[in-house]
Amino acid sequence: MEENNIIIVENLFKKFGNFTANNDLNFVVKSGEIFGFLGANGAGKTTAIKILSGLSKPTSGKVIVAGFDVNTQSNKLKQNIGYMSQRFSLYDDLTVKENFRFYGGIYGMSAKNIRLKTEALLKRLDMLNYKDMLLKKLPLGWKQKLAFSVAVMHDPAIVFLDEPTGGVDPITRRQFWELIYEKSSEGVTIFVTTHYMDEAEYCQRVSIMAEGKIEALDTPSNLKKQFNVNTMDEVFVKIARKVN
Amino acid sequence: MSVRVEINKLVKNFEKVEALKEISLKVEEGELFGLIGPDGSGKTTLFRLITNLLVQNNGTIKVGDYDSRKDFKEIRKITGYMPGRFSLYHDLSVEENLNFYAHIFNTTLKENYHLIKDVYSQIEPFKKRKAGDLSGGMKQKLALSCALIHKPELLILDEPTTGVDAVSRKEFWELLKKMQKTGITIMVSTPYMDEASLCDRVALMQNGNLLALETPENIVNQYSGDLWQLSTSNMIKIIVDLEGVGNGIKNIFRFGEKVHITSSGIEFEELNKTIIDFLEPKGHENIIIEKVEPQIEDCFLDLMDEN
Repeated sequence: MEENNIIIVENLFKKFGNFTANNDLNFVVKSGEIFGFLGANGAGKTTAIKILSGLSKPTSGKVIVAGFDVNTQSNKLKQNIGYMSQRFSLYDDLTVKENFRFYGGIYGMSAKNIRLKTEALLKRLDMLNYKDMLLKKLPLGWKQKLAFSVAVMHDPAIVFLDEPTGGVDPITRRQFWELIYEKSSEGVTIFVTTHYMDEAEYCQRVSIMAEGKIEALDTPSNLKKQFNVNTMDEVFVKIARKVN
Repeated sequence: MSVRVEINKLVKNFEKVEALKEISLKVEEGELFGLIGPDGSGKTTLFRLITNLLVQNNGTIKVGDYDSRKDFKEIRKITGYMPGRFSLYHDLSVEENLNFYAHIFNTTLKENYHLIKDVYSQIEPFKKRKAGDLSGGMKQKLALSCALIHKPELLILDEPTTGVDAVSRKEFWELLKKMQKTGITIMVSTPYMDEASLCDRVALMQNGNLLALETPENIVNQYSGDLWQLSTSNMIKIIVDLEGVGNGIKNIFRFGEKVHITSSGIEFEELNKTIIDFLEPKGHENIIIEKVEPQIEDCFLDLMDEN
């Protein structure tokens, strides 16, 4: 049933001159799913995520996200998704509260709604006491959890997480994933990229890209069966090495 | 040629932040030594002190017979350093960057080509390209080539594999192993626990402290307590549903598709019954508990928890 698919990608091509970054991608992401989007550096993941989040247009093909066509409704689309990346997230020289207010404002939330959401999300993180602290004073792991909370404060149907957990300790990484599971249980779709292969196992389905194509897409346990190995790390290596 | 590195009661503070709290360690000649720990644990500070980019508040560093405070010029001559952030000249070509670094150390690319051949040959076809236009993996190989061009006796690599995909990470480590065979001492830091097992010895760091300093085998052997893995029909809710299971259970962590549980002083039968009785009313089925051997990450989680 099509309405259960929050992302629909059909025959997606993206070319930069002679270079084909996305070469005929076809996949769907089900509503409420935790979907892992894996691939080697340079496989075309970032290009695809930019298209899915309305920042870039496909050269050809059909892409529908949260009911909106990226070719014709990219502004509507952006209002209905959340996005968090390691490279670009919150403002270091604003306080915690100011970051929430800034992003809430961008998404057109009312002042009252921003206040209520900020309160609730900070309470969940046990960080109410830090709301007037400048962001740069906080440890990286806290910033990542805050960035995630900000990315979902406008109740998007889907949130894109681009390597959200890089560089933090293994306990903090696991706490971050509990936040993801919590949001997922509220019905929010999670679309996540990672280089940690144990995190690939935390996803309900994963796709693996290599050289612009999706080479595999299934549940982690089916992929391991298909490639006859014990870990997602081995699946990943088999796919990426085969293409090289 | 290689040197040993001796670090004795090293302290470094940044205003009120204690970045390193009396760290002592020795790295042997020709050793591949890993510093494992998250952001903010003190890995980069330690490397910057060894390379004389910072000065310690207290303690000593010796590289070979040289003291870091008195003989820093000598240490710089024999040390190759690849910082975590790409620090070469974006507007110079690959070849120009290499020539520049060779020239600083009074050598030439031609003279020391054999030292960097394994790494450099992979980017040589692009030697006319500007460094700023290289892909991430190629930048990393150029930075490594530049760090090796003056035939260092000590090579320091600060998170060379962060943000690098699983396949490129493996290839990079194969390269390091090969380099180690030439006799050079290598210190490398990483946030990836699985890379610890590729080092001769590792220091696990957190908040400026050493949690452990051992061979990877010994870190695993010294794991105290029992480790179990658990799977059920509903792994999404598992951590929330296990809250308050108590009695003899120390820690519960997600681990790939399973959950790892540490316990002490509790037999399998009792543990099995406790968990099944606790989870079944919450709708979990196919509850399977098995004993497993710890991995480095289990040990790190355990050590972090104790501190």
